[in-house]
Amino acid sequence: MQFKKTTSPYLHNNTTLARVMRQVLMALVPGTLIYSYFFGWSIIINISIACLTALASEAIMLILRKRPLAPYLRDNSALLSAWLLALALPSIAPWWLIVIATLFAIVVAKHLYGGLGYNPFNPAMVGYVVVMISFPQYMTQWLIPHANLDFMQALQLTLTGELNPVITIDGITSATPIDSIKTGLSLNKNITEISASPLFGTLGGTAWEWIAGGFLIGGLWLIYIRVISWQIPTALLLSIAVFSGIFYLADPQHYIHPLFHLMSGGTILAAFFIATDPVSASTTPRGKIIYAVGIGIFTFIIRAWGGYPDGIAFAVLLMNMAVPTIDYYTQPRVFGAADK
Amino acid sequence: MTDSQHPLYKFPGGLHLPGHKAMSTTRPIGKIFIPSQLVLPLQQHIGEPSEAIVKKGDSVLKGQVIAKASGYVSVPLHAPTSGTIVDIIDHAVPHPSGLSASSIILKPDYQDQWIELPAPENYLQMDPSALRNRIREAGIIGLGGAGFPSFIKLNPGAHTAIDELIINAAECEPYISCDDMLMRERAREIIGGIQIMQHALQARRCLIGIEDNKPEACEALQQALSQLNIDTIEVVRIPTIYPTGGEKQLIKVLTGKESPSHGLPLDIGVVCHNVATAATIFQAIMHGKPLISRIVTLTGNGVQQAGNHEVLIGTPIDEWIEHHGGYHASVEQLVMGGPMMGFTLSTDQLPIIKTSNCILALSRDETNTQQAAMPCIRCGACMDVCPVNLLPQQLYWQAFAREFDKIQDYHLFDCIECGCCSYVCPSEIPLVQFYRFAKTEIWAQERDKVKSDQARQRHEFRLERLEKEKKEREERMLKKKAALKAGKGKKEKDSKKEAIEAALARVREKQKQSSSESKNTDNLSAEQQQKINEIENRRQRSQANKNNAQGDSGTE
Repeated sequence: MQFKKTTSPYLHNNTTLARVMRQVLMALVPGTLIYSYFFGWSIIINISIACLTALASEAIMLILRKRPLAPYLRDNSALLSAWLLALALPSIAPWWLIVIATLFAIVVAKHLYGGLGYNPFNPAMVGYVVVMISFPQYMTQWLIPHANLDFMQALQLTLTGELNPVITIDGITSATPIDSIKTGLSLNKNITEISASPLFGTLGGTAWEWIAGGFLIGGLWLIYIRVISWQIPTALLLSIAVFSGIFYLADPQHYIHPLFHLMSGGTILAAFFIATDPVSASTTPRGKIIYAVGIGIFTFIIRAWGGYPDGIAFAVLLMNMAVPTIDYYTQPRVFGAADK
Repeated sequence: MTDSQHPLYKFPGGLHLPGHKAMSTTRPIGKIFIPSQLVLPLQQHIGEPSEAIVKKGDSVLKGQVIAKASGYVSVPLHAPTSGTIVDIIDHAVPHPSGLSASSIILKPDYQDQWIELPAPENYLQMDPSALRNRIREAGIIGLGGAGFPSFIKLNPGAHTAIDELIINAAECEPYISCDDMLMRERAREIIGGIQIMQHALQARRCLIGIEDNKPEACEALQQALSQLNIDTIEVVRIPTIYPTGGEKQLIKVLTGKESPSHGLPLDIGVVCHNVATAATIFQAIMHGKPLISRIVTLTGNGVQQAGNHEVLIGTPIDEWIEHHGGYHASVEQLVMGGPMMGFTLSTDQLPIIKTSNCILALSRDETNTQQAAMPCIRCGACMDVCPVNLLPQQLYWQAFAREFDKIQDYHLFDCIECGCCSYVCPSEIPLVQFYRFAKTEIWAQERDKVKSDQARQRHEFRLERLEKEKKEREERMLKKKAALKAGKGKKEKDSKKEAIEAALARVREKQKQSSSESKNTDNLSAEQQQKINEIENRRQRSQANKNNAQGDSGTE
């Protein structure tokens, strides 16, 4: 009798790439729901626009690159990039801003670098940085919490950039808490004065601390099911806390407390979902820690002294560049090798 | 003697795999059946193949040596039953390459008649080297899979002290249960074999490492130990984590010691043998019986009846499976060994050999229905399970890019090909296959390099020789010139001058001789002489006139 020849092992645990990506998407759900509870339909609309753009551009790029469509469209990776990008952009961003950012993420940052698995930079962060540099005026205006826009109003705002005359845009938008600290400090206000604004909540910004909590739950679940490892989130959060803590203790009127840094902006989202993108992150256990500490330091530097409201995207891209070197020099000790 | 207090250690990574062992442990070990012919490859062990000492038509008895060891790393081969040698030909053998190798074909006579066996000996009074020799003469090799001649691993060398003898009873691969059944049924033989090994190695302490998914086997061994009242052997239950049965992994779990990355367990004072090898050694020393059969697991959903059987070495797999109920219609793949590290066979017309521990017939729904691999996303799931602490994702990257120098920076050759990385890869990349490819390529490059190095050495040697010859020639010339320049009429030159003069003298002498000897002018009469003289005088005169005339004309 004749039999089929293959190579060992002949067993597999039946995980698939699509399943791993789906689990990450599921982990984003609690944070996203809380986000839309505070900021309305806009965020759901943005995620939908980004996802549709991502799938369409992914399909076109796959056809142009002569790759099979079905397995790659089903792997959920484009959806994940698009979703993360939509969460990072302001919820009242116009539709074309979202489309441009997504196109840049999928076409340039992902496919022009070789597609899934080959991109040295985090696609969502590339897309974010491109629109941040190109259209800064749209990146600083955020909806205020509980603006109470209904679905049609939110859709209208995204598609046309206008609302019906009853509500003015200025009435429902403001800077983010992080941004307002920067502006306030430049106007020679101190932290106590700045944080008296209703934008600020107990820990971070109003609403933002709850959203961060939602992403924290999803992220912890990902660690629990071993989709991500503990090193990157832990090291990233710790390094931001330690560095902002040092400056806060030295000068609390010019530097806000560490908990604010952790619970506002995209810190939690970045720590559990963005910096942990395995393709562009460091892959060795020690390397992950160095990589995440680097992101934490750069984030704090840009927030405290840089020209942009939030530095996480730049920090992630900067550390992406260092990944090959970090990985080479942080190989674990091989079993049976002499101690170094 | 009990397993309760022994400290255990951890190796990195590892997997919890579904066992699938119960399907083959429901019945006792099946009896030997004698097939219509036996195929006995001369190479069933690591090292030099044995050398056939029988020829076509010879009658042989059960247990008779039919091929002798050739070289040190080699063992003899014995007839598994009595019968006639039909042929010695190239026959397909179970090997990943699927190639054929020289094999003795034996047709049984069904008398199953033993040759006269050597008398049992009291091993305690035997010199360890004599003991090793008996073990070698019995054709015993490691039955765990690699097939290294056991007598070599029982030789600690003159200066190495053995702290521990470790018996590998982990049997960590799914499906396989031959060691489990052996321990349940022949625990006393195993313990006896271990005592013999301890004597050969002069090892005081022995640890038997057994995964905790084999409680019956563990119980049997412990019972045998307490009945025999032995306290130098300890049965240790270890957690069921694949690949804890890897030699270096097991040693780590039991002793906390790590064998050096490119060394042997012997380097840290440990020797590791398989549990089935111990039982075989017992048979060889206590009953004089050579290794002619072994226990093999037949399992998987691809066969009608899973179980363990004692099988004569050389039994054709097809006939054996047929004898035990045949295949299930859904059979898809035939694996020799386990599902993690075994290799697939393209045909079942192959013999069971000394290292065959399991024949796994996988049905369609059991085999990994592999999709086309997706790209690596560096998720590191492979790294988390690697028992050697490698970075499989980086190794894959380098192998894929054919960076054969860089891949060695990532310690490719420490990979034990256990398959954990491939098992967990969400992109279903056949990682182990990439590492095997890279290893083979590097070996091929190294062979080529050795060849080209030899060629270059030869070429360089030739150039050197030519250069040397040229130099010598030049030196000679230079000396000659220097001598010429420095010593005009000096000693060396004198000697040459003398030589030349001597030569000239010889010539003159010869000429003289020849003129004196010259023919018709000798012994002339006075008359003739006178005539000659007159002629000479005339000639001289005319010559003189001529000269004068010339001189006159010249002076004008």
